[in-house]
This record gives sequence, structure tokens and C-alpha cells, in this order.
Amino acid sequence: MDAHHVPSLKLYFVVFGILMIGTALTVAVAFFDLGPLNNVVMLTVAIVKAMFVVLYFMHVRWGSRLTWVIAGSGFLWLLIMFSFTLMDYMSRGWLQGTLR
Amino acid sequence: MPDAHAEHFPGPLHQPPVASNVDAIQPGVHHEHPVHPKLQHHFDDMEQQVEASTLGMWVFLVTEIMFFGGLFMAYIVYRAAAPEAFQEASHHLSIGWGAFNTAVLIFSSLTMALAVRAAQTGQPARTQVMWLVGTMFLGTVFLGVKVIEYADKFAHHIVPGPYFDKSAWTHPAGVEQFYSLYFIMTGLHALHMIIGIGLMAVIAIMAWRKHFDSTYYTPVEVSGLYWHFVDIVWIFLFPLLYLIGRHYHG
Repeated sequence: MDAHHVPSLKLYFVVFGILMIGTALTVAVAFFDLGPLNNVVMLTVAIVKAMFVVLYFMHVRWGSRLTWVIAGSGFLWLLIMFSFTLMDYMSRGWLQGTLR
Repeated sequence: MPDAHAEHFPGPLHQPPVASNVDAIQPGVHHEHPVHPKLQHHFDDMEQQVEASTLGMWVFLVTEIMFFGGLFMAYIVYRAAAPEAFQEASHHLSIGWGAFNTAVLIFSSLTMALAVRAAQTGQPARTQVMWLVGTMFLGTVFLGVKVIEYADKFAHHIVPGPYFDKSAWTHPAGVEQFYSLYFIMTGLHALHMIIGIGLMAVIAIMAWRKHFDSTYYTPVEVSGLYWHFVDIVWIFLFPLLYLIGRHYHG
């Protein structure tokens, strides 16, 4: 918990490098037909990239616990919205007598 | 009856003022640390002030996550309903421009982080402004590429609406749905970029007027949070819009 932590220049360049490599990787993989695995790879790379941005560029790595909770709650609520909505859409027609 | 209020409102009003805020309430009272000129009177110290500002920005960003989240939800539902059409539509987007813009935004996040660091480490105003203007420049490059891409869509009648060319596609309904989502998602993202560039202009002017040093750089820090958030949205938009149709063979 140190709001005035000054990350080293080297760290910023390493994170930048990781983000660029992630971009190149996700573009390269997109040219191969891996079936449903394409989605898994592209989303995994995107989530890892987003985590590096949040932790280092946005300084959450050195943020207070309250910052961690608020930042985490955003993604938690997003997950709740996705899962509850999909529970409806994906289960339509599973039971007789429903619309589809 | 001057004491009447005391009976009705006991508590904080009548407690002795916090040490570091004595100056605000009783000018001239001596204490060890001089109050920082940028410290607002309702905060105990600079540490609490920067904590509050950062937290406030994060709360705003959480509402932004949900704002974009609704569109991502729509994307998931409509793509699940018409996966083939989404691949066909995505195949038309230029992967080159998309990847170029992703790199530009990541680069702008780096210059933004370096702008915050320049203020944090008390670099001269010129250095702070240089990184901020660099960030604005990269944001403008991104928007310029978007203009080229949007113009291409208008030229080829891919924009949803009465002039959408249904005959050019195997799954016209799903493709039109994809491009509705494409325009609203990238459009909302571009709007955030425009606001971000305006924000950076304000921060750059403040930096030029020597508002920021190692003891006070909160506005640079929280604007940086906003800029990085907009970058993260693009990190998800790029693969979901540009990369799902590379191996589509209509």
C-alpha cells in the first residue's frame, strides 16, 4: 500500500514488450483454424494483456486494498451479468413448453 | 442562547480540529508541518487526498466497465445466434489496420505511464508536456485510422441501414447485425478517445503551468487511469471484431 511508488523505467518497457508480443501472438494464432480453441486463445491473451495494464500501468499492483476491491468488483459484476444472461439464452428449449 | 445548538448537534462539530487542518480553522496556530498548498481542507493529508481521488476514478471506471459490458453482452448473444455470419462479416475488416491501431494504443499507454512517471519524479514541465502531447498524438493517429476504416465501410455499403448491400453477403441479416455492433462499440470507444484527448489537453496545459511535481500529480494519475481503461476496452474489441473471421471460407 504505497500510493507514491515509482515504477522503474525498465518495468514499464518490459510490460510494453509483453503487450506487443501478446498482440503479435493473438494475430498469428488467428490465421490458424483451431475451431473453438481460437476463441480461448484470443480471450486468454486479451485477459493477460488487460491484467498487465491494470496491475502496472494503472498502478493497482501498488494500490490500497480498497482500490483492489473496487477494481475487482467491476470485473466480478461483469461476470455476474454475463453468466446470468447466458443462463437464460443457453438454456432455452432445454425444457418442454418453453418458447424455443 | 448560543449553546442551544450544542444540545441538538453533539459530536463531530464540537470535537477539536484535526492537527493538520488547524490552519484552515484557526489561522496562525503553529504546528510542525506546513500545509501543502494543493491540500483541500476536507482531507487530513496529501496521502488521504490522493487515495480518495484514485478511488473515485476507479468507481467511475467500474461504471464504465458495466457500460461497455452491456455491449459485449449483446455481442456474445448475437454472435452465439449467428456464428457463421459474424465470421463472414469479420473477414471483411482489415486485420492490418486493426493490429496497427492496437500497437498505437499500447504505445500511447506507455507514453501515458511515462507522463505520470515524469510528474511523479518531479521532471521539468517540458518533459511532462512532451509525454502528454505524445499520448495525444498517438490517440489522434488511432482516430485517423478509424476514419479511414469507417470511410471504407460507407464506400462499400456495409453500414447498417437502408443503403446496406444485402446482395454482397451469404448471411446478410447476421452481417448487418455484426456491423451494427461494430459501429456502436468502436464508435463509443472512439468517443472515449476523443474525450481522453481533450482531457490530456487540459492536463498538458496544467503541466505547462507547473501545477505538478513529486508531491502533487493526482490529476495526471487519474487521467492516466482513464486513458489506460480505454486502451483495455480496445484490447478486447480488437480480437472480438477483427480476428474471428480470418479463416472463413464463404
